[in-house]
Amino acid sequence: MGLLSWGMFPKIITKKFSLRDRAALKSYIEETDEFIPYGNGRSYGDGALNENILHVKPYNNFLAFDEENGLLTCQAGVLLSEILDSVVKRGWFLKVTPGTKLITVGGAIASDVHGKNHHVEGCFSECVEEFSIMLPSGETEICKKGDELFYATCGGMGLTGVILSATISLKKINSKNIRQTTIKTKNLQETFEAFEKYQDMPYSVAWIDCLAKDEELGKCLLMVGDFADDGDLDYRSKKKLSIPFNFPSFALNNLSVKAFNWLYYAKAKDGTSKQKVDIDTFFYPLDAISNWNRIYGKGGFTQYQFILPKEHSYEGLKEILTKISDSGKGSFLAVLKLYGKANENYLSFPLEGYSLALDFKIEDGLFELLEALDEVVVKYGGRIYLTKDVRVSRETFEKGYEKIDKFREFRRENGMDKKLNSLQSKRVQI
Amino acid sequence: MSYVLIIGAKSDIAKEVARIYAKNGYNIYLAARESDSLEDLKQDIETRSGVDVKLKEFDITAYETHEDFYASLEEKPLGVIVVSGYMPEQKSAQKSWDETLRAINVNYTGAVSILNIVANDFEKERRGFIVGVSSVAGDRGRKANYIYGSSKAAFSAYLSGLRNRLYESGVEVLTVKPGFVATKMTENLDLPENLTAEPCNVAEDIFSAQQKGRNTLYTKPIWFFIMLIIKHIPEFIFKKMSI
Ligand SMILES: Cc1cc2nc3c(=O)[nH]c(=O)nc-3n(C[C@H](O)[C@H](O)[C@H](O)COP(=O)(O)OP(=O)(O)OC[C@H]3O[C@@H](n4cnc5c(N)ncnc54)[C@H](O)[C@@H]3O)c2cc1C
Repeated sequence: MGLLSWGMFPKIITKKFSLRDRAALKSYIEETDEFIPYGNGRSYGDGALNENILHVKPYNNFLAFDEENGLLTCQAGVLLSEILDSVVKRGWFLKVTPGTKLITVGGAIASDVHGKNHHVEGCFSECVEEFSIMLPSGETEICKKGDELFYATCGGMGLTGVILSATISLKKINSKNIRQTTIKTKNLQETFEAFEKYQDMPYSVAWIDCLAKDEELGKCLLMVGDFADDGDLDYRSKKKLSIPFNFPSFALNNLSVKAFNWLYYAKAKDGTSKQKVDIDTFFYPLDAISNWNRIYGKGGFTQYQFILPKEHSYEGLKEILTKISDSGKGSFLAVLKLYGKANENYLSFPLEGYSLALDFKIEDGLFELLEALDEVVVKYGGRIYLTKDVRVSRETFEKGYEKIDKFREFRRENGMDKKLNSLQSKRVQI
Repeated sequence: MSYVLIIGAKSDIAKEVARIYAKNGYNIYLAARESDSLEDLKQDIETRSGVDVKLKEFDITAYETHEDFYASLEEKPLGVIVVSGYMPEQKSAQKSWDETLRAINVNYTGAVSILNIVANDFEKERRGFIVGVSSVAGDRGRKANYIYGSSKAAFSAYLSGLRNRLYESGVEVLTVKPGFVATKMTENLDLPENLTAEPCNVAEDIFSAQQKGRNTLYTKPIWFFIMLIIKHIPEFIFKKMSI
């Protein structure tokens, strides 16, 4: 059985080997010319795809939990959802979590993921105390902050070795509920002002209506929040709805995107309103529907996520949103976020500024549009998020990541470039 | 909290079943041959869920040991789940009596041996649940794997009789009929994706069906319809088919 990425594009035939023990992995590495680790395939693009895939998810034992200090050690195939099932009722939560809990710990490290609190807590690597990794030589190393291997592996898209297990530090909570404030804005100017006003809130994220034009350009719902303090830790994952098959391609057209955005915005009260919601609703709204990627139809979709340095964010976003709304290519999801300082990892995505993420159905003309957007991103000194990418050119990519040469050299020196490659690493030549 | 006894604890399905019962607060007995090798799983479950996990040495074909095995459990379980199974390769089972016998003994004789003992105890106590993992392959014999299938058919019939007998004492019996499951065993087979279940989903289904007191569970549910069709193809046509 082959594996696809979340975007269901490109479709390639893959040979899968499931990781269950170290000895078997060692022989697999020796016998296989070239492969790439694959976690739960929630990266949208081709970063976890190759003809040979090492499926890490079955390697998923919990190893130790220090409940006093909130230190959890587990194998790399453990899903964040499994961690939550175990720790929330004991009063702990992930320090950093992306917008889905259905990703592996290995995938979280390899993409150095971020959440709604990047401006406060940074990336996932911030809470990684140490991890163990099997290198192409077959040797296992324990790695900590300060090691070059740490800076290369966190955000390194599986290109340095196979992460086997990790110890991560958790955050103390006293409730499974979040006090949320929703702010409805009328345009980009107001959106930016709202972000600045609420920047001390630990969690924040905005949904942009990217079909809005002219004076409504950049209107959004900004949601900010923090954990409540009501002692209610009775957390249970909700039952999921499921999309049983790929939607026909006409299902997602401009009109349905407009209708969706309209409904979404109409639901929220004008101005500022307050709600109390639980972890799943606040952090993982999309997980409520499994296989939602199928609404884009068989041809698949992609997510375009870029970040711009703070000083250019406003003008850059304005240009990009204008280009998108002019093109009429819509996106259900357009997520705007504020980021704190960049870390030292070679290929981590975040830098201080604003990032926008948009989903697009794969169709004619899309890649041309995205290339036009790339130009704006490059012009303002921004970069593209590798874990969402399936098409960026080597030049655009390189301009955004100033430590790319260090990364390349590190791979070459350690023979990693021979064994570990994805479709993406070949395209952008890293 | 009560214990659940998992027979045949080394399989991928058993591992997920154990995790899900532990997550819901049950303590776990993991019974299998060479149970030492389950040390990692014990550690995993105890760390995840904070429940108590005990490893028990058990051979399903060593019938003479089953009484003592059950008597030796420190605390009698509230539920027993039989996951053990053996799927011989059809062609080699046709030629080798040892292979055939092994399938019959693991899938049927051994399961009956341990469940007779459990059933007598549960009936007396008037409480408890029994889950038997059978297979859709037991719904109709096909040339592709009727040796395995017939042993599962016998097991399904046994479970249905047991359910009938234990109804009065309030002991519930669930027959599980998985179709294709993506496990270690099937890793190299080319299974159709839409019909293939993940072990963790099978385990979730088992837990919820058992908690609701259901009788039979097809997982994935689509197999109910597939087998409904397969069961109703007239024999004079069926015998000519290759499915
Ligand atoms: C609905 C949704 C919301 C999302 N929201 C966010 C968000 O808010 N912020 C964010 O940062 N990301 C977000 N993402 C992206 C997602 O968090 C990342 O792509 C994550 O890396 C996926 O993890 P995975 O386990 O599925 O890994 P995969 O997608 O399978 O792999 C991702 C990368 O990790 C590597 N990898 C996986 N396991 C290992 C291992 N054991 N050792 C070495 N390398 C490994 C792979 O080679 C690949 O390069 C979102 C994705 C979805 C679908």
